[in-house]
Amino acid sequence: MLSTVLSWIVRAILFGAVIMYGSLGETLTEKSGNMNLGTPGIMCIGGAFGFGCTYLYEMNIENPNPVLTIAIALFCAFFFSALAGMLFCFLTTTLRANQNVTGLAMTIFGTGLAKFFGTFIIPEGVVTVKATYANSLFCKTIPLDFGESTAAQIAEAFLCSHGFMLYLAIIIAVVMAFFLKKTKAGLNLRAVGENPATADAAGINVSKYKYLATSIGAGIAGLGGAYYILDYNYGGWSTGAAGGLQALGWLAVALVIFAVWRPINLIWGSFIFGLCYWLYNYIVVFGIKMTSAQSSLLEAVPYLVTIIVLIISSVHKKKENQPPSALGLAYFREER
Amino acid sequence: MEQKQKQIAVEMRNITKTFGSVVANKDVDFITYKGEILSLLGENGSGKTTLMNMLSGIYFPDKGEILIKGEQVSIRSPKDAFENGIGMIHQHFKLVDIFTAVENVALAMNEKGKYSLKAVAARIKDICDKYGFDLDPEQKVYNMSVSQKQTLEIIKVLYRGADILILDEPTAVLTPQEAERLFKVIRNMRDDGKSIIIITHKLNEVLSVSDRVTILRKGELAGTVETKDATEMSLTEMMVGQKVDLDIERSEPVDPKPRLIVKNLTCKNADGISVLDNISFTANSGEVLGIAGISGCGQKELLEAIAGLQTAAPGSSITYYPEGSTKAKELIGKSPRKIRELGVALSFVPEDRLGMGLVGSMGMTENMMLRYYKRGKGIFADKKYSRKLANEIKEELEVVTPGIDTPIRNLSGGNVQKVLIGREIAATPSVLMTAYAVRGLDINTSLTIYHLLDEQKKKGVAVIFVGEDLDVLLAFADKIMVLCAGKVNGIVDARTATKAEIGLLMTNMREEETLNG
Repeated sequence: MLSTVLSWIVRAILFGAVIMYGSLGETLTEKSGNMNLGTPGIMCIGGAFGFGCTYLYEMNIENPNPVLTIAIALFCAFFFSALAGMLFCFLTTTLRANQNVTGLAMTIFGTGLAKFFGTFIIPEGVVTVKATYANSLFCKTIPLDFGESTAAQIAEAFLCSHGFMLYLAIIIAVVMAFFLKKTKAGLNLRAVGENPATADAAGINVSKYKYLATSIGAGIAGLGGAYYILDYNYGGWSTGAAGGLQALGWLAVALVIFAVWRPINLIWGSFIFGLCYWLYNYIVVFGIKMTSAQSSLLEAVPYLVTIIVLIISSVHKKKENQPPSALGLAYFREER
Repeated sequence: MEQKQKQIAVEMRNITKTFGSVVANKDVDFITYKGEILSLLGENGSGKTTLMNMLSGIYFPDKGEILIKGEQVSIRSPKDAFENGIGMIHQHFKLVDIFTAVENVALAMNEKGKYSLKAVAARIKDICDKYGFDLDPEQKVYNMSVSQKQTLEIIKVLYRGADILILDEPTAVLTPQEAERLFKVIRNMRDDGKSIIIITHKLNEVLSVSDRVTILRKGELAGTVETKDATEMSLTEMMVGQKVDLDIERSEPVDPKPRLIVKNLTCKNADGISVLDNISFTANSGEVLGIAGISGCGQKELLEAIAGLQTAAPGSSITYYPEGSTKAKELIGKSPRKIRELGVALSFVPEDRLGMGLVGSMGMTENMMLRYYKRGKGIFADKKYSRKLANEIKEELEVVTPGIDTPIRNLSGGNVQKVLIGREIAATPSVLMTAYAVRGLDINTSLTIYHLLDEQKKKGVAVIFVGEDLDVLLAFADKIMVLCAGKVNGIVDARTATKAEIGLLMTNMREEETLNG
């Protein structure tokens, strides 16, 4: 029984950490007033390129360097996702295209690109290719043993049964919260998302902030894609993996709303999403037996939770818990 | 004796600014001294705000030069204006709602050193103490009243070190008490050596707060006077100028009968403030009732109340008397559709043509259908009738369009207005309401529109014409009702009234006794 609960926790944390990257990126993006619904596609791009580059590296080098393997995976995931984010920003900020339509197009484009890219890597007649070495690096947990007691085992499940990417996600969340709350650039960024006209009048370069936030945000989301492939998916890439990653991307967008646009809330929010998502697999913990059709239904729980949070925050109408006021709107100085 | 060493703060020479074919400012000279309060007075559209926007870097003059403290400068952006010590407080506040006062002030400051909100708050406190502002630096903007937001805007400008402050209609949104407080602060700032320019059209404020008055009329300088030498009458005369004769046809009313009687109409806005206060008047058939007033004095709300788009307070009544019948119909509390079903033929040409009147992305035919969507059988729309009507309007009113299915937002302003008026007239109204029907149109199109309205009047329609040009109102309307701050400040005969008389009614609320008496 305990082992089931522990595996649920570990699974939920890993799952949560993957979508946390997507949500962190999306939060930063949305703070600039850009609603990038292309996040699922961008995560796919990050996954495909992050995996692809590190896979090619470890296949062609005799003795791959561990630091370089990780660096290549993360850099490529970040770089190509950031490019996709920049494309989104170019379309919506410079050309003032509709953000929702552009975002959905980016999702379709990103997923398609990832699958297309995958066909080059996967040799003919094989379904999945594996980056075994990179996977072993990403999965490496902290070798600490707290003991045999229940409390110690639970603590272990929470604290050290994970790869380094989880800790990196938490660090990014804390840094982002600090950036938004305590720095001048963070204040300016929030002003851009809340009221671009005011920011503009105050001498802030609105486009620059939007470009930077959207590109860096997309890059962070892309890291989640690489993390998904190299750890969560056991280092295996297949066309199906891109589909799974896209589904996670939508959860990341929902998690941003769940966390009411606060990076710190993402830390526990992602864990709850992870628990909810894996509920169908672990519901036996509560002594409930379910058919597969019923348990599929349970996979919708994270979305239900998001809807409930939306309803609650709408009813409360607390200004601080609302999305950035100019979210989704193109800014055009001459318009009055 | 007068010239006791006054230093010039700002001088504008020969400033001209045009927007397309419209001349907003023509050869305007303007001077402000250090340590004075200057009122910039003028009617709507006289170019006051445009002139000041050239100081604050929003527009750039086509011609002329600007000198700050004796040095010629080029102000190309709000940032340039700040560097020259000029700060403008616009009517629409530029604040971030969920930020505190401090955060709003701290936005985009280019101060060197550590980013510290505490230091900013301390400086805000200093400014507040110095000039007598009352502001909590930690308060969020969305919790502030309008007056507090305005205070914050002024502090923002002062924080950046401005010593020339421009306030665009600062009291328009304030209660009399709040306005009094603002004036006190403004006087403190003047005594500190700052120059304050107040854009306004409220004469009593001009007289009570300013040192000098510069008056603009139709984009040109009408004169500058010392406030102590001015009276309300003299300022009004300078503001409205001499009567200009316009070649507008005005037929004599034939057999006018009461068509619409409005009694004690009161409407409140979302904040519970009366936007219309106890309005009573009669609109006769075969007459043009002109409505004059500074913009935002309830014109829009009045027309909307009649059209059934505003909720009226209890006790209000709008009664409609159909042609050749004595059976009166009450319009209060009815939706536009209910009003139409009552058989009341009401046509409304709203101010916002492409928002409330027409749909920009649809062609003429489809815009006609907006009024006739109920025609046709079952679920099918009847496009034939609308198409016919669109063709007729295109022919008769000479609408210039590539075709009746071209999206009308691609047409010029005059043609859009022709489409709208054509549609409303085609409905054979018995009451026709227009708001700023000729705004932005050239003189020939305007004359066409006046002609169309006059034709309607001859047919016995009661025409209600909200206008902004007093010359037009005097030349075109039969009666003129003047609104001032949501109240009727007088109804005059357009054939005998003078411009100054109407100007005074517009800017100056009469005493209650004379109104009632």
